[in-house]
Parts: sequence; structure tokens; C-alpha cells
Amino acid sequence: MDSTQNMDSTQSNRNGYTSFLQETGGRRGIFKWILSTDHKRIGLLYLYSMMAWFIVGMTLGLLMKLELIAPGKTLIGPQAYNATFTVHGVIMIFLIVIPGLPAVFGNFMLPIQIGARDVAFPRLNLFSWYIYVFGSILVIISLFGNGAPDTGWTFYAPYSFKTGTNMLPAALGAFVLGFSSILTGLNFLVTIHRMRAPGMTWMKMPLFPWTLYATAWIQLLATPIVGITLLMVAGERILGIGFFDPAKGGDPLLYQHLFWIYSHPAVYIMILPAMGVISEIIPTFTRKTIFGYGALVLSTLAIAFVGYFVWGHHMFTSGMSGTALFTFSILTFLVAIPSAIKVFNWIATMHQGSISTEVPFLWAASFIFVFLIGGLTGLVLGALATNVHVHDTAFVVGHFHFIVFGGTGFAFFGALHYWFPKIYGRMYDTGWARTGWLIFFIGFIALYGPMFYLGMKGMPRRYFDYLEEYHGPNILSSLGALVMITGFVIMIVNLFKAVREGTKVGDNPWGGTNLEWQIPSPPPLENYEEIPVIDKAPYKF
Amino acid sequence: MAESTAHHQVHRDDMASKLGMWLFIFTELLLFGGLFIVYSVYRYLHPQAFHLAAKELDMAVGTINTVILLVSSMTIAMSTTAIQKKDKRGTLVLIGITLALALAFLVNKYFEWGGKISHGIFPGSSFLEELGRGDILFFGLYFFMTGLHALHIIVGIVVLAFMFVFVWKGRITHDNFQLLENGGLYWHLVDVIWIFLFPLFYLIT
Repeated sequence: MDSTQNMDSTQSNRNGYTSFLQETGGRRGIFKWILSTDHKRIGLLYLYSMMAWFIVGMTLGLLMKLELIAPGKTLIGPQAYNATFTVHGVIMIFLIVIPGLPAVFGNFMLPIQIGARDVAFPRLNLFSWYIYVFGSILVIISLFGNGAPDTGWTFYAPYSFKTGTNMLPAALGAFVLGFSSILTGLNFLVTIHRMRAPGMTWMKMPLFPWTLYATAWIQLLATPIVGITLLMVAGERILGIGFFDPAKGGDPLLYQHLFWIYSHPAVYIMILPAMGVISEIIPTFTRKTIFGYGALVLSTLAIAFVGYFVWGHHMFTSGMSGTALFTFSILTFLVAIPSAIKVFNWIATMHQGSISTEVPFLWAASFIFVFLIGGLTGLVLGALATNVHVHDTAFVVGHFHFIVFGGTGFAFFGALHYWFPKIYGRMYDTGWARTGWLIFFIGFIALYGPMFYLGMKGMPRRYFDYLEEYHGPNILSSLGALVMITGFVIMIVNLFKAVREGTKVGDNPWGGTNLEWQIPSPPPLENYEEIPVIDKAPYKF
Repeated sequence: MAESTAHHQVHRDDMASKLGMWLFIFTELLLFGGLFIVYSVYRYLHPQAFHLAAKELDMAVGTINTVILLVSSMTIAMSTTAIQKKDKRGTLVLIGITLALALAFLVNKYFEWGGKISHGIFPGSSFLEELGRGDILFFGLYFFMTGLHALHIIVGIVVLAFMFVFVWKGRITHDNFQLLENGGLYWHLVDVIWIFLFPLFYLIT
């Protein structure tokens, strides 16, 4: 079982071990990556694919903001604008934030954090990545031919089967990507159940694996519903099967229900692992045991569970019965409680801690800030009366981006800066990383903040044009986009440079306590020569 | 080949692969779950049309197919027992019977669907459009659900064919039969889904 004895095909570094990046498995070039079943390489495969997609999605977002910098047509017309927000949504949701944290950092860190050598099914893990690539190819195909899809990422019926644009490949792409997500979730569930190191009882497991566990259940149990729904839309387009076509007796509202039965829990697929990352970062940089470990675990499970039953709050103006409206509204308020518990626990962890404002901590702290705004505006949307007022306005766009980009995105960048020295064994330039974070943060608030105001004033979303009275805040928002992208470019260039040129750092540059900091950086192929025996709770300083 | 030393030959964990299979079955059930929701909504909205349309289906064919699947579930379960008793020939025969029954199911389905289509009953047909909304939805669901189920039968045939080869080549043996058991579990899933489809379309009229 000892790979260090077997170094004929690889070179070892001066510490006398072979890291997973040096380990080639006898393969060359790109095959070192696309044929390797090492969970760490697969995690990085996802990271690089997603970064590429993120740049595409971000460019489309910028295109929209530039169009909205002035009333009337500035850059693109209505049809192109509809296609832009659709493709932006499909890419960002299905290719980046849903797989995001689990596929990248879950793959890389989960086995290490629970003291295992790999996930339970390494080949299935690689296969999931191939499914992901296949799904993304389908999304690319949708851009060509009869014009890019213009339905919005929600593919609402009946327009989704009436539109002449190329929406079928996009919907099938989302279906295929769902499979990738399901298989990743399945793999993680089995891994967590079967492969925890001896002594790591459930309540000794770190919080990032806990959130991955809850997320995996959602992936497994919610994703097939949207899968079958998208298949039904395909059946509608190809065969005219009639399930959602009012002309044939079908009910478009039923589509909305089925779609949100998955797509609301999907929001928790996005945010739960983000919360896990924050729970990892904060104790490390406050030098304190996490406050209320048990409450954090229970709130994770509560969010995953209650999150199944709130989907109707996307449909408050669709004409559901009063009883349904009340029920969904109350449940939406309920799901806010465990999220708030988490915020209290993070703050309480910082209380009287020895805080060092390193870059990952800055991302985590700003996560809490934007997540609070996103969460509280979510309650504005979850309340029946105010929802009617701001439904389908820019307010929704602002809320959504504060939660999904501010939540998942900030946590993702935080995780990237936190685990970067572990993954590559090198440290980035912290000065530039700080600058990048600050510019990004200011740009983010300037970009999405005005949307709340615009929405309250009644500016609808998903239009390429607006009335003159909305001009001022829209200029601020568009300039914010440019500032944010500047921050993003600084961050990414800084990290890219550090992969090759960063100063080498030790195994535990942050002084973290969990298992991943007790193995070499970058980790060896097998993570552990000997599987550790766990005798203490996580986050003990 | 440093990577192959230990990485791919980690200890076998039958429990893990069984757990994985069960989780996959959950996912599959929920895939059909979405369709069961659609079915119940439209049955509730169009009780009369669903009642009349269900009478159009041939209960004899449905019953025969149910018996075929139940027997095939039995034979695949028996094959798992046979391999544990080191009866390789018996295992192969039982998987073979299961495969033959699966094909018989598809042949029946082919003639059943063919009959419907020759009468002008298929999604998007002008004949069906004239019948009314309840009928469109009933037959839409009928083709979609039994079609997706038939797709699962085909996948099951491929899976079981692999099992046959693996037993033949000695990759599945009396002390390493988890793969066969998982294949069998998948086949039972296909069977269980049919057990729900059969009454929904053929029996409740």
C-alpha cells in the first residue's frame, strides 16, 4: 500500500515523498489528468473547467450590464438580450454553482478531511466529470443553429416548447448535468458512510463533510425530479405529448411546480457546502473551537430537510390557492431559522477569538455580510404581501445574486484562497489577493445593491430596456460590474501566477487543526501512508 | 506504474457498493415519481376520460407482461443464490432465462404499442386530438411512462448481459458476487416500477 517505495516512473521532491501533482501513473500530458481517478486531480479538473465556464458566464453578464447602462438599445437588441440572460443563467446555474463546491473542493477535500485515501467509487467519480463535460458540450451546441435559447434558465412551459430557438439541447444539457450531480452525491454519501477514519464518529466529523453529506442527499433525491421534467419538455417539443400544453389539456403551472420541486432545493445544494467552507475558515483564523458544533450540524440537516417544502414561494403570483400560499410562506420563514443559527454561531466563534485577517478570513467575513443581506431580502420575498409588490423585478435579481453569488461565490473564492497552499504547496501574493478581494467586494455591492432599489421602484427584470427614471442606479450597477470584474481578474491572475511562482510554504501555513493540515502540501497520491485514528473532536486548538 | 500499486486495488467493500446501488435506486424511483405526480394530477382532473381510455388497453397483454417480469425477478434472485452455492452453470442458465423473459416483455410491448399506433393512437396524432383532452393526456402518459420503463428494460438487458459474461469469465464468483446482486437489484427496480404502472394504466378503470 505504500506508494513512496515505488518511484521509478515519478520523481520525488526534496522532502522525500511524491505529491499527487508529480505522480503521473505512467501517463503523459493531458492524459495525466483526464484518465486519473485520483479524487484530487478530478477536483482540479472540475476547477479548471468551471473557471473557463465562469469567464464565459461572466462575460455574458457584463454584456447585459453594458446593455442596461442607458435606456433604449445600446449594445444588443431584445432577442439577443433574452438569449444572453438565458445562456448566462444556464451556464452559471447548471455548470458552475450547482456542481461548484461539491465537485471541486468536495472532491479534493472530502476524503482527506475524513481520513480516507479516495472516494468510495473513484472510477464513477471520473465518469461524473465526463458526464459534466458531455452536458457542457450540449449547452454549447444550443448556442448554434436556430439561435440561442431565449426561455430563461427556468425553461418555463409553454414558451419552452413553442419557441423556435434551440432550447432542446440546453434542456437536455441540464438533464445530463443532473446525472453528473446525482452520481457525485451518491459517491459522497457512500464515502461518508463507509470510509471515515477509525474513531471519527458522526459528531467528530468536520463541518464541511457534514454539509456535503446533507447536500448529497438533496442531489440524490431532488435532481431526478427536474430530470424527468426536462424530459417531459423534450417529449413536448419532439412528440407534442401535451403534459404542459393548455391546448391539449396540460397545465403549465404543473411544470412550474415540478421545476421548483428540484430547483429550490438546488439553491441549498449551492449554499450548504458554502456554509461548510465558512465553518472551516472561521475557526482557523480566530484560533477558536467552532461555537455550537452540534447546532451547526443540526441546522445543516434542518435546512436540507425543510428546503424540500418551500418551492411554492417561487410561484406566489401564479394563482395557487390561499392555503398553499400561506403554507409555503410559513415554511420559507422556517427555513430562515437554521440559516440564522449558523450566522450566530459564526459570529459567536469570532467573539473573543484571536482574529487574523488573512485573505480567506476576509472572504468569509464578507460572505457573512452579503449572505445576511441576501437572506433578509429573501424574507421580503417570502412574505406574501411584499412578494406581490417586488415579484419579477430587479429586486429578485439582487436577492438571488447576493445569495448565490455572494454566498456560494464568496465561499468558493474563500475556499480557493484557504486551501490553495494545501493544493499546490505554494502561497499566492497576499497583498494582491487582498487588493483583488477589496475591489471585488466594492464592485459586488455597487453592482447588485442598486437592484434592490430599482426593484422596489418597479423596474422589471429580464428586459433589455427601461424607463428614464431608472437610469441613475443602472449606471452605478453597470460601473459596479466593471469594478467587480477588475477585482476578479486581479484575483485570478494572482492565483495563476502563484501556481508556478508562489513561494513554497509548509504543510500548515494557517495553523489549522483538521486532518487536511496534518499531511504534506501538496498531498501525496494516497493522502495518508497510514490511516489516522481520530480521538478528538474537530476544531480543537 | 506507481499509481496502480494500491490506488485501484483498495480493499473491496461489498457493503459500500450495495449501499451505492440502493441510493441509485432511490434516484430512479424519484425519476418516475415526477411522472406519478403528473399522472395523479391529470387523473384527478379528468376521471371520466381516464376511466374510458383505460378500457382501451388490453388487460391480457398487461397481465402476461406482469407475470413475465415477476418470474424474471425470481430467476435473477435465484441466480444470486446459485452463485453462492458455487453452481456456475445454474447461475448462467438463470441469468439466461431472465434475459429471455426480458426480451419476451419487449416483444409483447412492441405488439401492444404497434396495435395502438395502427389505430392512430400516439402522441400528436390527429385521431387523438379529436378524442379530447383527457384521452390525449392518458395516452401521452401511457406512452411516456411505459416508454421510459421499456428504456429501463433495455438498460437492464445490457446490465444482465454483462453479468452473464462476468460469471462466464469467472469475474463473478461464489465469494465475489456483489456485482451480480447489484445487477439483480436493478432488475427488481424495473420490476417494481412495472408493478405500479400495471394497475395505474390497466386495472384502475
